[in-house]
Amino acid sequence: MEFAELIKTPRVDGVVLHRPFMPTVEGTLCLTGHHLILSSRQDNTEELWLLHSNIDSIEKRFLGSLGTIIVKCKDLRMIQLDIPGMEECLNIGSSIEALSTLDSVSLMYPYFYRPMFEVIEDGWNSFLPEDAFKDLEAMTDEWRLSEVNRDFRVCTTYPPLVAVPRDVDDDTLRKAAGFRHGGRFPVLSYYHKKNGMVMMRSGQPLTGTNGRRCKEDERLINATLRPGKRGYVIDTRTISVAQQAKARGGGFETEANYPQWRRIHKAIERSNVLQDSLVKLVEACNDQSHSMDRWLSKLEASNWQTHVKEILTTACLAAQCIDREGASVLVHGTEGTDSTLQVTSLAQIILDPACRTIQGFQGLVEREWLQAGHPFAQRCSMSAYSNSKPRHEAPGFLLFLDCVWQVLRQFPCSFQFTEQLLVLLFEHAYASQFGTFLGNSAAERVRLSLPEKTVSLWSWVNRPQEIDHLSNPLYEPNSLVIWPSVAPQSLLLWEGVFLRWNRSPRCQEEAHEEMVHIIEYNKELQNKVNSLRRQLAQLETQEPPLQTP
Amino acid sequence: MEHIRLPKAENVRLLNRLSPRRSCVGTLYLTATHSIYVESETQVRSETWVLHSLICRLEKQVNTSTGSPLLIHCKNFQVLHFVFPQEQDCVHIQASLQRLSQPEQYEELYCFSYKPNVDEAERKEEWSFLNLKAEYRRLGIPNSLWKSSPVNQSYKVSDTYPAELYVPESATQQVIVGSSKFRSRGRFPTLSYYCKDNQAAICRSSQPLSGFSARCLEDEQLLEAIRRSNPRSDFMYVVDTRPKLNAIANRAAGKGYENEDHYSNIKFQFISIENIHVMRSSQQKMLDVCELRTPSMANFLEGLEGSGWLKHIKAVLDAGVFVAKAISEEGASVLVHCSDGWDRTAQVCSVACVLLEPYYRSLKGLMVLIEREWVSFGHKFSHRCNHLDGDSKEVSPVMDQFLECVWQLTEQFPCAFEFNERFLIAVHHHMYACQYGNFVGNNQRERQQLRDKTHSLWKHLWDTRGDYINPLYRTDNCQSQGVLRPSTAPYCFKFWSGLYNRFDRGMHPRQSVEDYLMAVREETVQLEEQLASHKEVRASAKCPKCKSVYSEEGPPLSWGLAPGGFVPQAGTPQDYSGGFIASSPCQQRSPVDGLAFTPPQNQTSEADLSVGSEQESGIADVSFNSQLSEEGPGEPDPDDAAYSAA
Repeated sequence: MEFAELIKTPRVDGVVLHRPFMPTVEGTLCLTGHHLILSSRQDNTEELWLLHSNIDSIEKRFLGSLGTIIVKCKDLRMIQLDIPGMEECLNIGSSIEALSTLDSVSLMYPYFYRPMFEVIEDGWNSFLPEDAFKDLEAMTDEWRLSEVNRDFRVCTTYPPLVAVPRDVDDDTLRKAAGFRHGGRFPVLSYYHKKNGMVMMRSGQPLTGTNGRRCKEDERLINATLRPGKRGYVIDTRTISVAQQAKARGGGFETEANYPQWRRIHKAIERSNVLQDSLVKLVEACNDQSHSMDRWLSKLEASNWQTHVKEILTTACLAAQCIDREGASVLVHGTEGTDSTLQVTSLAQIILDPACRTIQGFQGLVEREWLQAGHPFAQRCSMSAYSNSKPRHEAPGFLLFLDCVWQVLRQFPCSFQFTEQLLVLLFEHAYASQFGTFLGNSAAERVRLSLPEKTVSLWSWVNRPQEIDHLSNPLYEPNSLVIWPSVAPQSLLLWEGVFLRWNRSPRCQEEAHEEMVHIIEYNKELQNKVNSLRRQLAQLETQEPPLQTP
Repeated sequence: MEHIRLPKAENVRLLNRLSPRRSCVGTLYLTATHSIYVESETQVRSETWVLHSLICRLEKQVNTSTGSPLLIHCKNFQVLHFVFPQEQDCVHIQASLQRLSQPEQYEELYCFSYKPNVDEAERKEEWSFLNLKAEYRRLGIPNSLWKSSPVNQSYKVSDTYPAELYVPESATQQVIVGSSKFRSRGRFPTLSYYCKDNQAAICRSSQPLSGFSARCLEDEQLLEAIRRSNPRSDFMYVVDTRPKLNAIANRAAGKGYENEDHYSNIKFQFISIENIHVMRSSQQKMLDVCELRTPSMANFLEGLEGSGWLKHIKAVLDAGVFVAKAISEEGASVLVHCSDGWDRTAQVCSVACVLLEPYYRSLKGLMVLIEREWVSFGHKFSHRCNHLDGDSKEVSPVMDQFLECVWQLTEQFPCAFEFNERFLIAVHHHMYACQYGNFVGNNQRERQQLRDKTHSLWKHLWDTRGDYINPLYRTDNCQSQGVLRPSTAPYCFKFWSGLYNRFDRGMHPRQSVEDYLMAVREETVQLEEQLASHKEVRASAKCPKCKSVYSEEGPPLSWGLAPGGFVPQAGTPQDYSGGFIASSPCQQRSPVDGLAFTPPQNQTSEADLSVGSEQESGIADVSFNSQLSEEGPGEPDPDDAAYSAA
């Protein structure tokens, strides 16, 4: 298929563009295979380059022969295009609709994108499981890297290499995989250096209604416990949801078969509920005519903040079991690809200072989301404005980013990165020129040849100028575990995403600039004083005083 | 002292509302001015001081197996939950505090026994720190359009107005007196703020006694004179800040609002802000939500919505925005009134001033504004803050709302204000604490004598201003200049946990950007000094003396960590250490006379950045510094109830 077939009108002159908090621009609208471009051909105005894949939905309106298209983007921005001519407007509208909903992955922009920057380090190789395991090896010999999933046969959503207890052989893993949802047998997610406790994740056990058990599964997870120690199973579902799962072949670890484990149920919601919640929240944020009562009641009804609180609380609990109770933890929900990953990744933010650096955070996203098989393609194919009925869409990753932002807000000096990195990941998870978030699992990424045919987002992020842009001027490495407050008063609406297009960023930018200025000036003075001191010290040694008192 | 039925109760437990495991046992002492709780089981002496004038409600709960609980609710939103092993002790303590917290005369208030180490001349000097005459001069008043009027010199025309008032040049004594008779409590229209740039003015008054048809020629003339004092505009606004229905209801009582037909060239406008009773109950509802033990997000948001509090804050800010726009964009003068003109009117005029003029966004400017619009124009602080045992229906958080409006603005314009959140909280605290004489009394006339024996807060805040500076403030950026144009969309309003959950320290960010930046700036100042002195040394390097100069400086320092011993912080799981420990006067910089108790000199980690001599009043927690090292991360303090409460 050629893109040209989909583009009914490639260009229209005299189009007026309205964007939030930017001056209106009049110019020529061009449609290419992957972009909607508006250019005024004047030097002083900013052109619009919008990826079709960033368009969530459009709305057409007509007033006489003047058509208006409101483009609603997945990053929650809304822009308006006034297009002279009814036919042109209709053509543009239907072309955008077709181009923004391409079915085939191989037609996506990352396959066509050629980087305009020099790739210093190929992001596809930046966070390999082998490298992560080397760090683990330096701390303990209780774990090994298993190749049991080399060809993705044991578990289609796991990477080829996973860390498992050293004493458990691959055969046991295969059998345990048969007892876990999607073959997702318990694997190592995090090793807590301080006390050697671990966090594992998996899919739900397939106990079913007749209480199946699996000796290998039991052996596998018991192998992670130190002698005489107990562990915690954190089931992200409520007990009743977990009970209901039995009817569909799923279930949970019963006390009888897992006597060394204490099970805790939490209540993290599932995909369609979350999607619905996002739609309601964004709708509430976009209606400026609300009274205070209506705003607060819509905010409450969206339940978004409730999800944030629940996820963060569960992650804190997992971290607390590990760090304070000195117990190992197994986390799972149903599939183990959504709420499970929210909990395991956030717990690491809390526990592990390394995850709060720019590189470390990318590594975390790579490990706990991309490699761990969060189905990004399915979850992020639509955002808050989509008119189509959601199938597998869910803002699980966005919720994770929101929770990280909450922790960052409470510990503003403990993260090497600013909110900007989180916003950037949100944008790229939904629409990107990079191949990082394409596909649903490691297996799919291999099948799609993404590392060979597309550029990694990490290649772009890890350039000095981008790192500089994302760095937090207030950062002071903090080696401690950081315990956030989960009281409702402490959890705020993430303005940087949800109110981003509703108000001018100017004042916050000014504050940030001032912050940078204060710190830069201080550093400059430190350097000056130190260099003067060195000069003085040299002067002294070179020219000893003529007289001694 | 005669009110203290029991000076000391032992083995009293102080419960930690949010994490019960942090509760402690100690001894409660009652002094003439403070209740002091001393923990008995800690190695470091830990105390909680509560000023009696801050106590607003004592709640004795039913006895439990562990003893008799007594909840002390304070006006600064601290809640102390004591459990007494002996019911008799509880009863005596409650009765004593009941009396001690509700003095019958001004002389019993803390400000009359508060004697810092300051001689009489200095004390007098404190009161001249702010000078309203100078403030009007700063505004360009008097000038050819506005003059000072001696009409209220002896508080004869209006006993709740200040003596010094400014009126239009053309307004005669007879017009003023005539108008004052047509206004509630004689509060005739008078100048509040004058905009030098375009000559538009904000005036304030009480409601007219118009009833259904009454009119007053002098009042009409006075408004006309006000309009004429703004030669560039051919009309003026009259803003009634009450809901229309309330204003109409007032007509039946012979009061009401201006009839547009009787006054020439006015545009009349209602802006509904609810009355003091609605505000009082709204705040109480909000505080109930704040005090929920483990609220869900839905409980909290529903409660917040149900309280209506943010709606009222928005109404006040909206009204301020309306007035500021009329002045700055339309160049029209505005007369603002409500019923008596000392609550909503003060809110709206002062919010408008903060929006209009950068000066009021400075530390001293806000003090001046509060002094002018609230203190001098007769906001009834004694009644509204319930300083004396009085009518509970007169109590209302009107000034709280003004401070919150300013806080909401600081959130929208982080570089526009010279002061920080701590300053607003300090003002709030002192408004209720009665340690200083500023907010005692209901109007200037009443306050005349009171000031002879008390100290002034403003000088004290000014002297300790280092604690209240916003490091991001710059006079030369675009948000600090000109008129602020805030958004008043509902989502711009946040819940102010820094004030209402002030003592629940576990809820606040564990690291403070502001404190961090202040520490960096302090270090920067030192570096600048060193740089200068090193340059000097280098310049005279060949001089034989150089060695001695240099060696005084000591060996080169390493500038590794941030200044001020700023240690990275972690807290503990759900660290709701509360404000209990923090609110005790942990460090004292100057000796305090007149206190039955000398606070001990124990130091906790947070001492350095907090407010020093202020602490004898128990305000220590105005510093939200992020030092939480009292909760070392290695300390085993598992609080599994916290995250797993399911």
